[in-house]
Amino acid sequence: MSILVNRESRIIVQGITGSEGSFHAGQCLEYGQNVVGGVTPGKGGLRTLEDRVPVFNTCVDARREVGANVSLIFVPPAFAADAIMEAADAGIELIVCITEGIPVADMVKVAAYLRTRSSRLIGPNCPGLLTPGEAKVGIMPGFIAKKGHVGVISKSGTLTYEAVHQLVGVGLGQSTCVGIGGDPIIGTRMSELLALFEADPDTSAVVMIGEIGGAMEIEAAHYVATHMTKPVIGFIAGQTAPPGRRMGHAGAIVSGADESATAKMAVMKQCGIHVVASPAGIGMAVKEALVVNSR
Amino acid sequence: MGRNAMPPFALGRVCVTLTPLMKVHEFQAKEILEKVGIPVQRGLVTDTITNVESVIQSAYSQFNTTQVVIKAQIHAGGRGKGGGVKFCPTFEDAVAKARQILGMTLVTPQTGEAGQLVRTIMVAEAVDIAKELYVAVTLDRANGQHVVIASTEGGVDIEEVAAHTPDKIIKVWFGADGLLPFQARQLAFQLGFEGDLFKQAVSLLTRLVTCYLDTDASIAEINPLVVTEQGKLLALDAKFNFDDNALYRHPDIVALRDTHEEDPTEVEASSFHLNYVKLEGNVGCMVNGAGLAMATMDIIKLSGGQPANFLDVGGGANVDTVKNGFRIILSDPNVKAVLINIFGGIVRCDRVANGIIQAVQELGLSVPVVVRLAGTNAELARDLLAQSGVSIIPADSLQDAAQKVVQAAQLEG
Repeated sequence: MSILVNRESRIIVQGITGSEGSFHAGQCLEYGQNVVGGVTPGKGGLRTLEDRVPVFNTCVDARREVGANVSLIFVPPAFAADAIMEAADAGIELIVCITEGIPVADMVKVAAYLRTRSSRLIGPNCPGLLTPGEAKVGIMPGFIAKKGHVGVISKSGTLTYEAVHQLVGVGLGQSTCVGIGGDPIIGTRMSELLALFEADPDTSAVVMIGEIGGAMEIEAAHYVATHMTKPVIGFIAGQTAPPGRRMGHAGAIVSGADESATAKMAVMKQCGIHVVASPAGIGMAVKEALVVNSR
Repeated sequence: MGRNAMPPFALGRVCVTLTPLMKVHEFQAKEILEKVGIPVQRGLVTDTITNVESVIQSAYSQFNTTQVVIKAQIHAGGRGKGGGVKFCPTFEDAVAKARQILGMTLVTPQTGEAGQLVRTIMVAEAVDIAKELYVAVTLDRANGQHVVIASTEGGVDIEEVAAHTPDKIIKVWFGADGLLPFQARQLAFQLGFEGDLFKQAVSLLTRLVTCYLDTDASIAEINPLVVTEQGKLLALDAKFNFDDNALYRHPDIVALRDTHEEDPTEVEASSFHLNYVKLEGNVGCMVNGAGLAMATMDIIKLSGGQPANFLDVGGGANVDTVKNGFRIILSDPNVKAVLINIFGGIVRCDRVANGIIQAVQELGLSVPVVVRLAGTNAELARDLLAQSGVSIIPADSLQDAAQKVVQAAQLEG
């Protein structure tokens, strides 16, 4: 088991004929053999990736012809919001947007649009998902991960790889790794993924990696306190971030919470999360938490 | 998205970001407001000390007044507290204050101790204030909507208002279509406006929201928004920040950028697509990815050192980015040792290794460099570094790397 993606996922790649899209579609295909199509407007009818993958003009076509249920987006920032809405309109269940640099106002439109549809969005500005041994939907290097029972949720890309590397180093595999993205507006929040991992019989612990800024980790911590039975191990990057770098007053007022690493870590601890101060201690902390939990 | 209830309202004391937002000066913000028909306190700007007298005279005649306010134009807030805003009842006073402020190094609660050189001043009309309010438009990231924040308590630190009298903060959420007419009316009533001022307020709020959306602003703030003794609503001070991701569709806003207000090294770094922030410590670091970069700074601190910078070389780390990154880190004389921490995903460690080798050969090695490479082609990279003969200190893990670089910095220091 796993969450969101597995070997049954039928993945299409929006922007599959672009340089990024084509490279990563190839990597995902090689990893899970389950990339079933691509979408590039105007290139419908072609085949790509050594003739293995059909290209469609629209997501609707891809959904109808190859039964796509996951879409991976590598469309440039100016067009990415539209691509997300196209996938949602086609009824694609899981949309994973890797694109970095989408204007915030565009994402406000996307957020409103998604409220009227049943699709789930992961990202944007994220490394995507990886269910080791089954499916790769994004840009995470597959070879660093190992099949197992630790769920990973992270705001950042390479720090996720670091955490996975440490887990493998202490002999722990992962059920699914999810990079949720670091943008102000993202599709799926930490607390929603915690719920999925809690319900997944094959996940026995969750690593949650956050950053300074925003209030999502606080919300997730409260969720852990009230809903989680599985151990959650948390780290917040940015304990040494410069205090002089401040957003405007209005921004701080809206967020409604103290957004520093110290404040977040304190709340997380209160809520029963195993908080690690050092980013080098993530793997070991998970191992210890699992031992304690199995007693 | 949107399935979560709003978190309870509380004070946001610390709000940190490593993403620089494009900012503009007060006079530029007011020009943006004027373009959409929002009344502002008028002013003339100058950056030349010899023009001060003539600019003040022009202000006198244009604004039909003999009382002006000299306002320093720097991006940082808290200008009044730092002595950068002065009311001047006479011509002599205005000239003296203008000469004093133009060219001064202004220290405010937001500039840091070093302060910021005042290169431009505004000679603004003095306004008879009957009432001060607060209004701002920004993003509410918790629910993915835009929000207007308003208060009858303007002209003061709005965070203080939120902390002590949260019931005096009004919030109205809206989407891409902007503020609906009834929302603008409700808000104006809630702020206590009636009669002609009510009409002015509805118009101003609607225009401010439109302007915020049209410019892809991340914050559009009027503080204070004042009611004059003459019964007019106007923006006494204004602040705009813009969404960097949307600047591609606003060349007119990009033209307002004032790089004097930014750290020169950070400006140079951004021209190489490197995200660099200078800090006070002595351990330089070069990392791929913002999260891992922050985590690397954290572990340097936890290992007893102080990070000298944040540097994210991003997903396109190659020979050139590594070389430029090196040069930028070493331009800081405080740096006593450097840690390179790369976790290769898309980035190939062998390319980074080649970058390190070239950089060391071309720039010379003035301080010890600890290198930790993991992920894609890490083994190949380690072999390349070993064979090259450049004297770097290899490290196996994040922990190992942090300890080695802190030790090296201490020996150098």
